[in-house]
Amino acid sequence: MKKIILTAVVVLMATISYAQDKNKKMTFDVNGKCGMCKERIEKAALGVKGVKFATWDIPSHQLSVIMDENKTDAMKIKTAIVAVGHDTKELKATDEAYNSVHPCCLYREDNSDDSGHH
Amino acid sequence: MNTYIKLLIAVLLPFAALSQDKVEGMVVDGGAINTTLGLPGANVYWMNSQIGVVTDFDGNFSIPYDAQYHKLIISYVGFESDTLTVDQPRKIKHTLNPSNALNEVVVNQKRDAVQKAYFSSQNVVTINSAELLKAACCNLSESFETNPAIDVNFSDALTGTKQIQMLGLTSPYLLITQENIPMVRGASQAYGLTFTPGTWVESIQITKGAGSVVNGYESISGQINTELVKPLTDNAVFVNGYANQNGRYELNTHLNKKLTEKWSTGLYIHGNKRTQKEDNNGDGFLDAPLANQINVMNRWQYQDPENGWVSFLNVRFLNDEKQVGQLNFNPDTDRVDQKFTAANQLGAPVLNGTEIWGSEINTRRFDTSLKLGYVFPELPFQSVGFQTSYSLHKQDSYFGLNTYDITHESIYTNLLFNSIIGDTKNKFKTGVTFAYDGYDEMVLTDDYSRVDTSIGAFFEFNYDNLDNVNLTAGLRVDNHNRLGTFVTPRLHVRYTPWEKGSLRGSFGRGKRAANIFAENQQLFASSRTINITNAGGDIYGLDPEDAWNYGVSFLQGFTFLDRPGNVSVDFYKTDFKNQIVVDWENPREISFYNLDGKSSASSFQVEVNHEILPKLELRTAYKYYDVNTDYTAGNLQKPLQAQHRYFANLGYTTEVKENGAQWRFDYTVHALGKQRLPDTSSNEEAYQLGAYADPYSLMNGQITRVFSNTFELYIGGENLTNHTQDNPVLGADNPFGSNFDTSIVYAPIMGRMFYAGFRFKL
Repeated sequence: MKKIILTAVVVLMATISYAQDKNKKMTFDVNGKCGMCKERIEKAALGVKGVKFATWDIPSHQLSVIMDENKTDAMKIKTAIVAVGHDTKELKATDEAYNSVHPCCLYREDNSDDSGHH
Repeated sequence: MNTYIKLLIAVLLPFAALSQDKVEGMVVDGGAINTTLGLPGANVYWMNSQIGVVTDFDGNFSIPYDAQYHKLIISYVGFESDTLTVDQPRKIKHTLNPSNALNEVVVNQKRDAVQKAYFSSQNVVTINSAELLKAACCNLSESFETNPAIDVNFSDALTGTKQIQMLGLTSPYLLITQENIPMVRGASQAYGLTFTPGTWVESIQITKGAGSVVNGYESISGQINTELVKPLTDNAVFVNGYANQNGRYELNTHLNKKLTEKWSTGLYIHGNKRTQKEDNNGDGFLDAPLANQINVMNRWQYQDPENGWVSFLNVRFLNDEKQVGQLNFNPDTDRVDQKFTAANQLGAPVLNGTEIWGSEINTRRFDTSLKLGYVFPELPFQSVGFQTSYSLHKQDSYFGLNTYDITHESIYTNLLFNSIIGDTKNKFKTGVTFAYDGYDEMVLTDDYSRVDTSIGAFFEFNYDNLDNVNLTAGLRVDNHNRLGTFVTPRLHVRYTPWEKGSLRGSFGRGKRAANIFAENQQLFASSRTINITNAGGDIYGLDPEDAWNYGVSFLQGFTFLDRPGNVSVDFYKTDFKNQIVVDWENPREISFYNLDGKSSASSFQVEVNHEILPKLELRTAYKYYDVNTDYTAGNLQKPLQAQHRYFANLGYTTEVKENGAQWRFDYTVHALGKQRLPDTSSNEEAYQLGAYADPYSLMNGQITRVFSNTFELYIGGENLTNHTQDNPVLGADNPFGSNFDTSIVYAPIMGRMFYAGFRFKL
């Protein structure tokens, strides 16, 4: 009996330790304003290994991702996004990265939904 | 304790003081049956201030009063905003009225009527409903006239049915689908496009070159997909009436209703009629058929986005009757072969020379289809789709002495799974297809009934690097009882070398069983004898058609004089491994035989679109075709096919007024170079045609006056230069004689024609 319990515990432990979600859904704020930003943000997010799906909503500035937790985490995605010049809540893009975006995408001054103009 | 009380008083005091200067009240929903119902969430704020509140769950609000503001605004989405003058703190009960839907502010982004895809791997042109309104197209076959991707040809002198071509090949080489379910095929090949009323069409996607493997192996030169209007998004009520100078009347009615949050239904009724006999060229034959069509469709749409389910159910019934032939033909008394059967005569008909030549083509069709789609709510990139359709098509027809009856029962089922490999840059589609076609076909006195079944599996992979490369590679394997087991590979690649540039390449295979009689029905309206050179094949003694299509295209967007435009160049070549050659070169007969030698169709097209002045758009194209086949008489260009074609469409619209009022002007010109005619040199001199038909041009125009969002009128003209073919019916003087032939048609038969109509929508 003890053995069974022990086995069960070991098995469960293993399951717990592997209970990393293969299709973990997350959303977080990413600043930007237009369709070009959307393309850049999504491309950066999908460029991270383990990210399966990324879509950024212009009006709400929400980036929804589905990722494999065994392969990546939110910080890696955010790092990739700030690297292309888009700020997240926790990480800010460097001035250099920020200035590399197309002039019409410079969102820090005007953070509105500009999708109608592109 | 004391300090607490003091503190409490100190905190409460300002409120107490302020409570003297407050506007309190309730906002009531004026649209509700019970008008004492409060409206929660309404905005209440002072004009030109930052002070505002939102009503609570019961519709109550309380806003501080400030003497410097006098105007209190109460607003709520979907209701008319009201401004109240408030000069002192008081209690207010205010009723908000729902806003009239017509006064809603709708922000529309300008969408091009014809959209060319820059990003997809396939060369797809999307025609949306705005484009379809440019010509009051009565049905699908006429809806391509303002677009250069498809050529519209006249099939025969009798029915005047317009056939379409792409890349120099006729419609049997195209896969024509309706919402991705194959539609115009088999028995409906000749007239099927006239069975979809123009107003039912929401948009059309034209794919040039090898299509996707998802919908089957049959497409060779391309695919045309038609999306019909959807009950959920179409107008609640839509009526379109049309009449033309030649006595053709059409009426379309759409009724759509949203039944519940998830269910919507639509009833679409179409009728057209032509009872007026027209013979402008004086050959004694009707220029256009007497016609009568009733077409009814009922659609059901189910949409549950939260749980990921989408479904469509269609049921449709069609009755189409056409009468053609000599002007005074009366089907009840003049049908020749009925007299023979009545007299029980056998063998060759003995005619006394007083017979009147006539023909009737009657079609009844029943269609039903079901689509079921499920998107995994947790995984938006993964979905399962199921499509199934059943159709029963029954055509009874006779052409003078020739009887042609066909009943085609068809079942098509496709199961599709979409997902990704790793991430959404690598997508795939896979699935299985099952098709059944039962033909009951009587050609003159020969029975060609047969049953075809096929089952196949496909896999299509799409790679998109989200930047400059997009690739679609598909492969399917099918087993068909007559075509055998075969693979169909197809590949499409798009590369973007620079901004607004799109370079595409494609190749792919297509295979099909030719329905030689259904596809060449015009042969029956001639005195030609039918000659099938039997090669021992499985389909009418012939082998399946098998072809490869290769193509490259380049699309470049530009801005010239501050206005947008694009230029595209494409070249496609279809190479037949086997083709059923339709040989009209002997005027006494028509022969069908397997290709022996080479057959290919090459097409080259340059197209320029530009907004030359604000609101004035020009679309222009030049096309060159080289479609040649090894006939028994040697290698010849395809007959009745202009090698050079020029097309231009000019569209001008005025600014839309607030109530939707607008003028729209459209003008289209088609110029066709000379066309080779089938050999008639062995005829007597009076019945000989030249080797080539002269070049000519056609012009169409339309003016639409939109009075409001609910009503518009249009008038238009077709064939404005009044160019017609001199003698469309060869041997019209003796239709039962050996020279009779209505199949050599290279120009319009109907002269200048004006039409008018209206559209009403709610």
